[in-house]
Amino acid sequence: MTPKTLVDKIWDAHLVRPETESTPAVLYVDLHLVHEVTSPQAFAELRNRGVRVRRPDLTLATMDHSTPTTPRSAGRLQVLDVQASAQLAQLETNCEEFGIELFGLDDTRQGIVHVIGPEQGLTQPGMTIVCGDSHTSTHGAFGALAFGIGTSEVGYVLATQTLLQRKPRNMELRIDGVLPRGVTAKDIILAVIAKIGIGGATGNVLEYSGSAIRSLGMEERMTICNMSIEAGARAGLIAPDETTFEYIAGRPFAPAGADWGAALARWNQLASDEGASYDRSVRLEAASLAPMITFGTNPSMAIPIDGHVPNPSEAASAPERVDLDKALRYMALEPGQSLLGHAVDVVFVGSCTNSRISDLREAAAVMRGRRVAAGVRMLVVPGSRNVKREAEAEGLDRVFLDAGAEWREAGCSMCIAMNGDQLAPGQSAVSTSNRNFEGRQGKGGRTFLASPLTAAATAVAGAIADVRTLS
Amino acid sequence: MKPLTSLTSSCVVLHAANVDTDQIIPARFLKTIERRGLGAHLFADWRLDEQGQPRPDFPLNSPDAVGAAILVAGDNFGCGSSREHAPWALLDFGFRAVISTGFADIFRNNALKTGLLPVALSTSAHATLLEQLAESPRAPVTIDLESQTATLPDGTAHAFAVDPFARHCLLNGVDELGFLLEQDAAIAAYESTHTAHVCTR
Ligand code: SF4
Repeated sequence: MTPKTLVDKIWDAHLVRPETESTPAVLYVDLHLVHEVTSPQAFAELRNRGVRVRRPDLTLATMDHSTPTTPRSAGRLQVLDVQASAQLAQLETNCEEFGIELFGLDDTRQGIVHVIGPEQGLTQPGMTIVCGDSHTSTHGAFGALAFGIGTSEVGYVLATQTLLQRKPRNMELRIDGVLPRGVTAKDIILAVIAKIGIGGATGNVLEYSGSAIRSLGMEERMTICNMSIEAGARAGLIAPDETTFEYIAGRPFAPAGADWGAALARWNQLASDEGASYDRSVRLEAASLAPMITFGTNPSMAIPIDGHVPNPSEAASAPERVDLDKALRYMALEPGQSLLGHAVDVVFVGSCTNSRISDLREAAAVMRGRRVAAGVRMLVVPGSRNVKREAEAEGLDRVFLDAGAEWREAGCSMCIAMNGDQLAPGQSAVSTSNRNFEGRQGKGGRTFLASPLTAAATAVAGAIADVRTLS
Repeated sequence: MKPLTSLTSSCVVLHAANVDTDQIIPARFLKTIERRGLGAHLFADWRLDEQGQPRPDFPLNSPDAVGAAILVAGDNFGCGSSREHAPWALLDFGFRAVISTGFADIFRNNALKTGLLPVALSTSAHATLLEQLAESPRAPVTIDLESQTATLPDGTAHAFAVDPFARHCLLNGVDELGFLLEQDAAIAAYESTHTAHVCTR
């Protein structure tokens, strides 16, 4: 038998109809996650055509993108934005009408869609998972084939639990060795994107492998798979192993009893076979990595934190030069300058990339006994209400509050700046989120993407700082 | 979906690569529950100034852009967020096709599903097109989906690839949902042999 990759195995197991030259494959979807922003028009289409949701039992909705994160008053969130409020109400109506479970604002399990799936044990190895959201790749950390879709496709999945898909190419990203001190999963993925480029994995699914990846915990693996899309990848995934199984065991929606044994037996078959071939392989040495930070206006424009901003005149091609030039102008940076010591106005710790308990612990470890520098605003936004409770039980909220940071309710918040948490024009932020596109965190705002460690060190120093040399 | 078979139009050139969907339509305009009306916010932060007035130096505001149904942009167009609001906004503004050398996967998918044709030309054909449009900005380009060719102002025709199924849907103005709904028996058969991994209720 030809050796298969992890992707081959998941793909083959979900074919309702194989692809032909004239039609893509009909691929079955095991779990469909829904949120308020990309679903209203899909439900409207279903209503127009008189179609029901085929498998509400494989569908879960949450509210995260436009929800407020300001503290609850009398236990309730106040949605002040009229449009956001109407959109949230629409999701409630849709879920009720179509029989879909919703983790609404009052649900104790509410949170960012890519945080709650894994947290609830819904995200499991070997599954196909989709959501109207590009960072659905996060769930690939469990060895699931998980990818973002548009609103039309959200409608197709609601109606038929399937999608028309061409099989993606398969790219291996192997990282071996031991990570140096101060280098985290966020730094790995920023280095990967810088190496292969913003469109470097277009048309591909990325499988991360190697001893450095194996050594990571599940939350770190999620950080890596999360940003696969920033290199253009259709999805990113990691073969499941003991670390994966240990994380899933005992979670609310995880298999239990006899089902657990059967699931383990299935999951243990998923890893790519010895000798399986990839369309392309890229290698990185963990030992050569440093804490990374972006300087530009797309996530591939990243450098080691003690490096220098590149000079557009040395760009490899004319379009690249134009891109770099434009980015440096937007960011108000000079070619060749160091970012260390560059003043910032805001530090944001949160988003589906870095808002889980381990991220908050890392940031808190740096903040403990220190203060947020004068003139800097620091927002810490847990990824879910569960993460928030866990952090509070450990006293992390006190660490942040004592340091002068804001401790918020769960949601996407300043990652996408739809809920009022945003930068003012001209402000700069170090952010643990995933996109530094122009205006992403607020019109005219400037974003430097980095790890929770770098974000916390920057908050303390009041300017971009290297956590390895923080005094 | 409006069918698309062939289109002849002048073009607007956006000299930028890696145009992300946050630029095509900024997130603050995604709080709508409608598909319509998003053209007003297309490239909002590039196209309009602080007062909401058109910036004269932005290509879409040039007198040459009037009536253009084809947008020409740099490589990797539509990267980033999966928001289908991006093609909706382009369509609502009056575009029916985008020419580039490459598209981000999700954008390409979304565009095809909503009736906006992504046309990926070879780097050399794309460069030739830019040269010709620099010389005569209002020169027409013809995109023919039937023959999968783009005919440049100088009359040369260049092939582009489109998935055959997406092409069929666009030519006939039908979406994929009809096809998928017809697969009901096959889907039911799949479900009868594959137990669900989770139950969300
Ligand atoms: S945290 Fe940011 S990237 Fe993640 S789902 Fe929310 S808006 Fe999207």
